[in-house]
Amino acid sequence: MRATARLSCPARRDDGGSGRDVSGAPGGGATGLVCPAWGGGMEGDAGPGGARRALGHLVEAVLASRGEANAVFDILAVLQSEDQEEIQEAVHACSRLFGALLARGELFVGPLPSEEMVLTGSRGATRKYKVWMRHRYQSCCNRLGELLAHPSFQVKELALSTLMKFVQLEGEHPLEQPKWESNYLFPHQLFRLVVGGLLSPEEDRSLLLSQFREFLEHDDIRYHTMQAASDTVARATDGRPEVPLAFWNNAFMLLSSVSLPRQEGTLSSFYVKHTELSDKWKVVHLKEHRKAFQQMWLRFLKHQLPLRVCKKVLVIMHDSILPHLAQPSLMIDFLTRAYDIGGAVSLLALNGLFILIHKHNLEYPDFYRKLYGLLDPSVFHVKYRARFFHLADLFLSSSHLPAYLVAAFAKRLARLALTAPPEALLMVLPFICNLLRRHPACRVLMHRPRGPELDADPYDPTEEDPAQSRALESSLWELQALQQHYHPEVSKAASAINQALSVPEVSIAPLLEVTAFEIFERDLKKKGPESVPLEFIPARGLLGRREDLCAQLFTLS
Amino acid sequence: MGKARSAARGRASAAPAGPWGGRARPNPNPFEVKVNRQKFQVLGRKTRHDVGLPGVSRARALQKRTQTLLKEYKERDKSSVFRDKRFGEYNSSISPEEKMMKRFALEQQRQHEKKSIYNLNEDEELTHYGQSLADIEKHNDIVDSDSDAEDQGVLSAELTATHFGGGGGPLPGKAAQQPGGGEEPPKSRRELIEELIARSKQEKRERQAQREDALELTEKLDQDWKEIQALLARKTPKSESGGGKEKPEPDAYDMMVRELGFEMKAQPSNRMKTEEELAREEQARLRRLEAERLRRMLGREEEAHSKRPKHLSADDLNDGFVLDTDGRRLLSYKDGKMNVEEEPSGDASGGETGEEEEEGEGWSEGGPEDSDSPDGHSDLESDAGSEDARGPDSPDGLESDAESEVTSERPQGGQRPSPRERLTRDVRAAARAELPYTFAVPESCEELKSLLLGKSTEDQLLVVERIQKCNHPSLAVGNKAKLEKLFGFLLEYIGDLAASDPPELCVIDKLVVPLYNLCQMFPESASDAVKFVLRDAMHEMEGTVETTGRAAFPGLDVLIYLKIAGMLFPTSDFWHPVITPALLCLSQLLTKCPVQSLQDVVKGLFVCCVFLDYVSLSQRFIPELINFLAGILHMATPNKQSQGYTLVHPFRAHGKNSELLLVSDEEDMATWQRRSLPLQWAGSLKAQSKTEANHTRLSCLAVCLALVRRCVVAYGLLPSFHDITQPLRALLTEYLSARCCPAALQELSRSILTEMESQPRHCRPLVCEKSKPVPLKLFTPRLVKVLEFGRKQGSTKEEQERRRLIHKHKREFKGAVREIRKDNQFLARMRLSEIMERDAERKRKVKQLFNSLATQEGEWKALKRKKFKK
Repeated sequence: MRATARLSCPARRDDGGSGRDVSGAPGGGATGLVCPAWGGGMEGDAGPGGARRALGHLVEAVLASRGEANAVFDILAVLQSEDQEEIQEAVHACSRLFGALLARGELFVGPLPSEEMVLTGSRGATRKYKVWMRHRYQSCCNRLGELLAHPSFQVKELALSTLMKFVQLEGEHPLEQPKWESNYLFPHQLFRLVVGGLLSPEEDRSLLLSQFREFLEHDDIRYHTMQAASDTVARATDGRPEVPLAFWNNAFMLLSSVSLPRQEGTLSSFYVKHTELSDKWKVVHLKEHRKAFQQMWLRFLKHQLPLRVCKKVLVIMHDSILPHLAQPSLMIDFLTRAYDIGGAVSLLALNGLFILIHKHNLEYPDFYRKLYGLLDPSVFHVKYRARFFHLADLFLSSSHLPAYLVAAFAKRLARLALTAPPEALLMVLPFICNLLRRHPACRVLMHRPRGPELDADPYDPTEEDPAQSRALESSLWELQALQQHYHPEVSKAASAINQALSVPEVSIAPLLEVTAFEIFERDLKKKGPESVPLEFIPARGLLGRREDLCAQLFTLS
Repeated sequence: MGKARSAARGRASAAPAGPWGGRARPNPNPFEVKVNRQKFQVLGRKTRHDVGLPGVSRARALQKRTQTLLKEYKERDKSSVFRDKRFGEYNSSISPEEKMMKRFALEQQRQHEKKSIYNLNEDEELTHYGQSLADIEKHNDIVDSDSDAEDQGVLSAELTATHFGGGGGPLPGKAAQQPGGGEEPPKSRRELIEELIARSKQEKRERQAQREDALELTEKLDQDWKEIQALLARKTPKSESGGGKEKPEPDAYDMMVRELGFEMKAQPSNRMKTEEELAREEQARLRRLEAERLRRMLGREEEAHSKRPKHLSADDLNDGFVLDTDGRRLLSYKDGKMNVEEEPSGDASGGETGEEEEEGEGWSEGGPEDSDSPDGHSDLESDAGSEDARGPDSPDGLESDAESEVTSERPQGGQRPSPRERLTRDVRAAARAELPYTFAVPESCEELKSLLLGKSTEDQLLVVERIQKCNHPSLAVGNKAKLEKLFGFLLEYIGDLAASDPPELCVIDKLVVPLYNLCQMFPESASDAVKFVLRDAMHEMEGTVETTGRAAFPGLDVLIYLKIAGMLFPTSDFWHPVITPALLCLSQLLTKCPVQSLQDVVKGLFVCCVFLDYVSLSQRFIPELINFLAGILHMATPNKQSQGYTLVHPFRAHGKNSELLLVSDEEDMATWQRRSLPLQWAGSLKAQSKTEANHTRLSCLAVCLALVRRCVVAYGLLPSFHDITQPLRALLTEYLSARCCPAALQELSRSILTEMESQPRHCRPLVCEKSKPVPLKLFTPRLVKVLEFGRKQGSTKEEQERRRLIHKHKREFKGAVREIRKDNQFLARMRLSEIMERDAERKRKVKQLFNSLATQEGEWKALKRKKFKK
């Protein structure tokens, strides 16, 4: 029997996937599909159509009789091909073949014994066949895992979907013996292979990950992804001093796409179909999901993350991480570490810290002092300006803050406003005025009758401690200077301190996101009451009059 | 209808009842008086109905009703109406005389128609003045109706004699008058009467003739007056054009003579102004404009008095009548030439046009061609105005005027306005024989480019100028829109020139002048065009900023646009529709564009220059500028401790461009000479040798330092000047301490530092303006004028009036209802009495019948009994 003959020497066809036919069917399978083993008359029709048909025949043959089982080698050989289309065909064929085998239960169930042992052993032929086939399945899966790193995206996508199909089928027809009644079984091995393939350290897999995101809709896949991801991260960073940025990016991508359901409820949307769900399974409890989620993030964040990934994590922290953690206070370490880094990262960490302080009773020493330290000129130019000022507004909204602190903040902001662009000024000037409104004790900053005339500003901008900055002794001369600002709206906003401030606060929420371009458009659209005024000094040349700076400092040629 | 009528009647009947019912009646019957006794005396209440005469008023009402309502009631079924069927009785459009004539004609006609065709000897009756002569023969006392009307009550002797003298003999007066004609047979009575009639007729005719004469004379006088009036008031009465009377066409000579005559009399205002006067006027104009500019700079609202009403004469009736201004032009001189066409008539035209035209004068510096075109532009409104004013004057109004304008202007718009000009122009024309003289306005930018490209600068200027002249808005209707578009095209063309390599800045330099002129002509469209290019540039930048957070410096064209915008519009305004967006645009350039090459440095410095020029008058504060200059200085500073200053966005303290301007070659420093930066470099900086590059760096640095100095001077008075310039100060000290720069620059920076230090540090504590104290709440009662007692108070005047009317209406309504009710009662009473009367009559008749029947019966029975007895 041919099948047995070939089955009899499978030791050479290890699961390295280089399963070549011994019986003269040449290894031309690597490049040409036209191998005599597939039948003599098929030499003419090379190409994808022919290949599909040929593979189809093979699959039919294998599925039809166990005697044709050796044809699996041919299919697996095509998987090794270089050609993208051939690989795709082969993947399709494998998917059909092993899908059918899994459904039929023609694969060995239980801990897999080594191939040689079984084949040399004297058990029944069926068992031998099943073990042998299970080994082929194993090698196919391994090959598919490798294909996740294939340069072509179609192949990757196809490999991923095939693997996920196997996961589903294997979940329904587990290849392990259930230890007890209604034991929950999930193909952990296979799934870890998938996640490991997704979290590649070599290249950015964001496209593939976005494909994978649709599987994360299912509760069981999500749960096992969290477990597998934390394992994979642990394994990838284990003992390695330098982890490539691509890995962190992939990991972050995967982790951030895991989102737990907001409201409690039974989790029932399963990828692997079960006839009935048992209450004893961990997968069905949201609590367990939370635990897994927390563990995953903690394991991820305990590493020294690159700054960019750190920023990304902080951006989504308040919205999609903290609410789902079983114990949000565990994030304190990470957040304080980030807050101490300084710059934009600190600004972003503020948001998470705020939630911890506000909702989880975190005691943070010197919080305001650090916040004060965060205020430097770049704060008006960074991307997260709106978020920062939104939070700063929240932090400073308490009326129980000491006056010296608020005064120091107002003075600091006013000082920074001297270097700010108009769109930031339009936001920060009402901000300062709001501070003064909330804290009447600080109104001395804008109204100090009978105060002594001073030689210099008593405020010390270099002092880090707001208590020592002597801001309360100063006045907001900066705003007075900004009344001379070239933009009319800024000038008007700065002039608000000339009169006693009106009682209601100005809401700065609509001002936070204003960009210079919006102001520009607004100014363009505004219609003046009168006709356009014209310059009455006639133009003489491009550089203007002699006393103009342009004429003094530039020449035409 | 009945209601209305009865209401009216009721009112009519009620009205006299008032006085009758009042106390005014002398001695009323005490039994008829009814007194309404008042229980309490209320102070201030007028009592109107305390005494009444109910019986009397009822009787009056009844009487009135019997006179009116009863009559109507009785005639209710009678439909005959009197109708006046005389001809034209109700036609008011026919005059009475005409009516009479027509009536007479009709009557005649009726008489002419034979009553019966068989009546052969029916004669027509002869009449005189509507009276048959036969009648006159019978009654000789007929008086002429005309004379009757006119000399009423004056009876002439003859008339009296004929009337009252009676008798058949001759009149005694007549006989006495004609002593000579003794043997004349005595006139018969008929003759006499005829004579009399003839005489009176003649008199009448004479009188009519006299009246006509008088009329004619008046008319003539009127006409004479009108002519004189026309000359006096320089205004033709409207009746003249309306009245179809023909006037002899005045010939040209007469007209001219008259015109000249009156012109001589007109104000001798436009003598040539002396240099001094011109200078003074110019100064006044500039002062006024400057004041206006200051107002806008401070952002104040337009003061009320700037819109105060026009001067009103004491004699003004305030009826909206305005004496039309004289449309004719007066002889005037300008620049030594007779101003034939365009000048508006002196002071009569508004001050503004005068100024504009002076403005035009201001910039036209020499070229005789120039001196005309601005006048043409600025006179737009005044021309239109004068045309309007002249409208009624000339018989065929606007068209002829426009025509004359066209014909007169065309040669000027073309080539030959005055001999002197022609001379120079001929020379020029000879030089550029190839340029056509007329150009259509290009419809697209490409067209303009094809016109201008490849020509020399001078030629391009000439072409643009000719386009403007040939298509002056006063020449044709669509020209205005065309020229408005020309501004946009020119702007685009300038952008192209600036973007070309190398940028043709000299051409742009010259093209700025026509651009300015066009802008003066069409401010709205010019501002729209500038806004459009700015928006374009910003939009482009915004696209890259949104994705990357930064953008490259835009091309030279955007910078040129910004510079030009600053020249066309006043940059010092607090808010300006073009300048404010332009400022934002500049600010974006300085904050969003990182400096990556020497070219960027040049561009950035140019932007700084433009920015500072924008605020040179208003001295406004630009934070971005300080940041940028600090960044540039940072680039030139060798060893950075980064103490005392922080750089903001486009600059980084450490990076690949952080030493872009650093020059370390001693030799280059020694050979460098300070000069101004060529603007061309912003467009395309060619590859330079190392020394040249170093020199460029040093030049940039010099410019930067100059700008810093300017800032120090400008912002010296700002309250927190030292905080603002603190980074600059730190950088300059560091720069100086490095000692690696040419002596000139060292000197410059040292002087800047000392200047910074010398600025006063005045830190006066801020004090809010005193706001008006909020008045305490007062609890005194509110006083309301009591106008009328009752409930109609405490509201506005309109409300009170409304209430009064409502009240009145209600009362009237009630009165009317009451009257109607009384009418109905009266009618019912009348009807009842009628029925009763009828019934009584019937009863009486029935009784009578019964009586007669009874007697008959009795008689019959008696007869029967008699018979029976027998």
